[in-house]
Amino acid sequence: MQTAQVFSFHGGIHPEENKTQSLQLPLGKPSLPKELILPLSQHIGQASVPLVAIGDQVLKGAPIAANNGLLSSHLHAPTSGTITAIESRPIAHPSGLSDLCIVLQPDGKETWTELKPLPNWQQLDATEVISHLADMGIVGMGGAGFPTQVKLQGAHKKPLSHFIINAAECEPYITSDDTLIREKTRELVLGIELFQHLVQAEQVTIGIEDNKPTAIAALNKTLTECNSKIQLVVVPTKYPSGGERQLIQLLTGQEVPSGQYPADIGILCQNVGTCVAGYEAVYLGKPLISRITTLTGKALNAPQNVDVLLGTPVAHLLAYADLQEKQLNRLIIGGPMMGYTLDSAAVPIVKTTNCILAANKKELPAPAPEQACIRCGMCEQACPASLLPQQLLWFSKSQELEKAEHYNLFDCIECGACSYVCPSSIPLVQYYRHTKSSIRDAREAAVKSDLAKQRFEARKARQDAEAAEKEAKRLARQQASASKAVQTKKTAPATKTTEKSALNASNSEAAPQINDTTKKLKVDVAIGKSKLKKLQKQLVEAQEDERLEDISALQLHVSEQEKALVELETELAKAVKANPTKKPSDTPDNSVEKAKAPANDALKKAKIDAAIAKAAVKKVEKALKKAEELQAPEVDAIRQQLADAKKRADELEKVLDNPSPSTPPTEQKPAVSAAQLDLASQVKKEKIAVALAKAKINKLNKRLASSPEDAETVSKDIEAAQQQLVQAESLLATLIESQHNSQETS
Amino acid sequence: MALLRITSPHTQRAGRRTSWVMQMVIYATLPGIIVQTWLFGWGTVINLAIAGVAALLSEAAILAMRRRPIRFFLQDYSALLTAVLLGIALPPTVPWWVTVTAVSFAIVFAKQIYGGLGNNPFNPAMVGYAIVLVSFPVPMSQWLGVSSVVASGEMLSFSQSLQAIFHQLPVIDSYTMATPLDGFKHKELLDSQSAFETLPALQAASIDSWLWVNLAYLMGGLALLWLRIITWHTPAALLGALLVMSGLFYVFDTSNAASPFFHLTTGAAMFGAFFIATDPVSSCTSNRGKLIYGAGIGILIYIIRTWGGYPDGVAFGVLLMNFAAPLIDYYTQPRTYGHKKAKTGLKIGGDH
Amino acid sequence: MFTVLLAIGILVVLSLIFGGILGYAKVRFHVEGDPIVDQIDALLPQTQCGQCGHPGCRPYAEAISNGEAINHCPPGGQATIQALADLLDVEAIPLDGDHGTETAQRVAVIREDECIGCTKCIQACPVDAILGAAKQMHTVIADECTGCDLCVEPCPVDCIDMVDVGITAKNWSWDKPQGVAAQSLNIIATDRSTEVSQ
Ligand code: SF4
Ligand code: SF4
Ligand code: SF4
Ligand code: SF4
Repeated sequence: MQTAQVFSFHGGIHPEENKTQSLQLPLGKPSLPKELILPLSQHIGQASVPLVAIGDQVLKGAPIAANNGLLSSHLHAPTSGTITAIESRPIAHPSGLSDLCIVLQPDGKETWTELKPLPNWQQLDATEVISHLADMGIVGMGGAGFPTQVKLQGAHKKPLSHFIINAAECEPYITSDDTLIREKTRELVLGIELFQHLVQAEQVTIGIEDNKPTAIAALNKTLTECNSKIQLVVVPTKYPSGGERQLIQLLTGQEVPSGQYPADIGILCQNVGTCVAGYEAVYLGKPLISRITTLTGKALNAPQNVDVLLGTPVAHLLAYADLQEKQLNRLIIGGPMMGYTLDSAAVPIVKTTNCILAANKKELPAPAPEQACIRCGMCEQACPASLLPQQLLWFSKSQELEKAEHYNLFDCIECGACSYVCPSSIPLVQYYRHTKSSIRDAREAAVKSDLAKQRFEARKARQDAEAAEKEAKRLARQQASASKAVQTKKTAPATKTTEKSALNASNSEAAPQINDTTKKLKVDVAIGKSKLKKLQKQLVEAQEDERLEDISALQLHVSEQEKALVELETELAKAVKANPTKKPSDTPDNSVEKAKAPANDALKKAKIDAAIAKAAVKKVEKALKKAEELQAPEVDAIRQQLADAKKRADELEKVLDNPSPSTPPTEQKPAVSAAQLDLASQVKKEKIAVALAKAKINKLNKRLASSPEDAETVSKDIEAAQQQLVQAESLLATLIESQHNSQETS
Repeated sequence: MALLRITSPHTQRAGRRTSWVMQMVIYATLPGIIVQTWLFGWGTVINLAIAGVAALLSEAAILAMRRRPIRFFLQDYSALLTAVLLGIALPPTVPWWVTVTAVSFAIVFAKQIYGGLGNNPFNPAMVGYAIVLVSFPVPMSQWLGVSSVVASGEMLSFSQSLQAIFHQLPVIDSYTMATPLDGFKHKELLDSQSAFETLPALQAASIDSWLWVNLAYLMGGLALLWLRIITWHTPAALLGALLVMSGLFYVFDTSNAASPFFHLTTGAAMFGAFFIATDPVSSCTSNRGKLIYGAGIGILIYIIRTWGGYPDGVAFGVLLMNFAAPLIDYYTQPRTYGHKKAKTGLKIGGDH
Repeated sequence: MFTVLLAIGILVVLSLIFGGILGYAKVRFHVEGDPIVDQIDALLPQTQCGQCGHPGCRPYAEAISNGEAINHCPPGGQATIQALADLLDVEAIPLDGDHGTETAQRVAVIREDECIGCTKCIQACPVDAILGAAKQMHTVIADECTGCDLCVEPCPVDCIDMVDVGITAKNWSWDKPQGVAAQSLNIIATDRSTEVSQ
């Protein structure tokens, strides 16, 4: 093992490490909680789709949610038990919002499902092993939870020069990777060799900070024992050396180009936890269902690392580590530099939770109030990305988004080094996060408004074309009718043939046309399909490249294209159906359908009328509500009347609805329904009259309220109007009655 | 349980607040103040007191007018720092109203009008200094001499200093003399050799006194560097440029130019390099920018000293470079991680 | 006399030369800008809601280029007015309340079991974001919906709702910190944090 050269990166800070607290006790194993909460989004990309339903029994390690698209992951049951709910629960997210989770109630038996290891992975094709890893739900356990299979596939784009294993763990307080290396040294080395077999890098390097002597010694020992080619490089302790890009710079001296990914320069970076998970998936067939998490902070009496099942609520772990409720002031997931605070301890542990920091007030005091930036440049000296944080702050404050972007805001890794050193205690990172999302939102809005514009213009063009076509048809018809007048005279004898043949003739005449349209549609569909394929390909590429921003845009396009395709296909289907010459056997069916059709039509119409009546009642109700707000006493009467009207509308609906299913498709039906329709329309009219009368009363009441002087005349008017209303209503009643009767007779 | 919800990071470097930074800068001027008092009498201390009170009062008044919390902003010590820098820069016997004018002008017009701390494009202390230098040239050019070389042969006592500042001290002229820079500027037709031999201001005692003052400020400046409150870029570039300029002209024209050592150790060379030019708010941001900015000031100091109308050029040099600072900033952005080239200029986008 | 004539002559020659240079520069460095209507159109939100009194954003863009006020577009709100003011170099004025008020981004949702398939909403939708056929249930393609409100009115059975596009964990973002000035008015130490109780 030769010693490798260690490079350095700009800036960086040395916050207090606070790592010893959680290393006093051995690795803990908390008991099973009452329920496990498994969010469907534990990774970057689309949420998984549940494979289970409420009430299902699942075994430990059985898949409960599958990946949804390429950039997604599978999810497995951490223990055996019953699915009790699939619902929104608070998740570990800086916003404190909720998201869809599968809730599992353990049965305490811990019955494993059948495990399927891949003992012969060395003989298998790399893609097979990678897809096995995907099936086991392995995601990057260091930070964002990037699905490992996507990362490994992306690494095939270019010959790999370096495969780097990130064991730096530069954040204060966190010791979960340290513990993992100590506890599972052998597994880690085997996992690294497994990944190396898949990616075939020229050089495999473990990067570890020099503040973990025990882990370094353990690794050194195992590496010599295994006679491994893996290089162990100890880097000086400096935050944020564990950042992917910083570690790459430390170990290789290369910089990942802005906006690109390590794979683009032939480097792959994996966290130690991911390597161990990969080992367990392939050697033991175990899916990713547990992880090592650090519980630390002064509010805990027994800080330690625990091997915990995914989905365990934070509260359960805090209790395990003996939390002093009164001390707890800030609850952080992750470390003090990049972690986020929690509102509630009910959120569950997910695949990426490496630390829970329960801090008391003294340990992490509330930040001092923000002062003005004095441009002291301390932030600039600390920034590992060589940015000018003070300038970015200036542009963020004034929302000069373009300038912020020009000053490379998107190269900020949100490490917090600048905020840490800022003497004015400006929450710089929050400014940057806000500005970044403003820029992203603006971009998205631009894409959306472009799309809307395109669709609007396309629609306008289509409408214009339709109008032009209509006009042309009208002209053609004019001409045709003129010439037909002449023709009919000539062909008079021929018309004696049966109607059917005439129909057929016209059909066959129409046929070529229809065929033409079908053809065109088919071509369109084909074109659409090929477009869709192309887009999907692009999407796949984008997902492999981990280009997050492109992905969403492409997905938009794909779904759009899919929609268009579906539309085209339905149109095509319609066109094919509409072409009766193809299937002569259609004719008898058709006639039956034809007979049915009017009945159905009538039924539908009746339904529609009922619906409209309902809507009308609703509208009156709305008006009533307003009236109520304005004035109380008179409203009561109106409300009473309205209730009546509503009842009647309901009746009408029933009346209109009931007979339809019961009536056989006889020829009588249309006539009856026609009569009913007539009645219905009268009913409607009367209802309108009622509504009008009510409105009038309302208005008058208002006037009464506003001008008490002419109260008398107004109240007289009201009375008159009310009379009118009563009349109209009685008319309505009789009408409805007659409707009843007509129904009964039918 | 009420939990605190804030953005990361959740911890901060302890103790290093803005007020701490300002206080440290003030403390770093102490060696210089002590040396000045020792050499030129109590005037400097009295000036400092006047300036401090004037600064706090005018800051408080304008904060009240702007409806900003007074206590909060006074506690950042920035007004006091401006006052200290001005109090040091003004001649020890300058009448009190000159000090008050300079300080209040600096606070009100150079700082608060632009939005307060962090928003001023020009160094407030130097704006105040330049204003009184232009408006009241006579009192501004009266600098005390060290006791051994002035006519009275003694130093102003405390009460005499008070008298000089608040009432005119009639015999003040016997205590004052031209500073070395002044003397050298007005050597008229003498070449430097004879100027150094004949002019009283250029005698060893006078020059040595200024050497001491500059050494004291150098010490304070090094302390600031050690505390990492300032970076080496600006002072090094400033002194380097001054050295190179004076060296060049000294080599080419030994008979008329002063030596680099003379330039670096008289006047406000060290004070300007470590305390004035490093004012973070109005200087350049990036390290490369600071180098250019400092060098610019160094060159301007030499030009003004040699060919300008004033004996010393720190104030005007700094102010002129303040004008250029934003432009320098645009062209000296550091190369960000992952970029092949640093971005320059104002053009938006397009570097990949 | 001669000197006067000479001076005039020199000036004339000089002005000819510089005029020539300027003229050449204009031709040589001419920038083909977008027509102003396109530029205005690009700033409008493309909601196509017609609240400005024009059938779509582009007609309003044309109207603006013909001198109509720039504050008639509620969906764009103050941000759009500001952008238009910057583009046209006029003063930004507050939104004209007669045309409606700025609302949160919304999207139409059809209560599908109540839809009677009358296709009226399809005809009203300016961006073809509604899918359906006569007498079939209709639905809104949420991604395409601009939230313009135009389909709500024509629906005879009132089954279209405008719902706010809520904040989810995916589109949530940090607020802008309150800054020095705002904070200094009520100077408290917990400024950049919010106390939340469980
Ligand atoms: S550290 Fe803070 S005060 Fe200093 S320049 Fe950066 S943002 Fe401004
Ligand atoms: S948070 Fe961004 S700007 Fe601040 S130090 Fe880290 S990378 Fe630089
Ligand atoms: S009001 Fe509606 S139609 Fe008019 S410009 Fe704005 S978004 Fe477009
Ligand atoms: S207008 Fe209403 S009822 Fe008609 S199709 Fe649209 S949603 Fe359905």
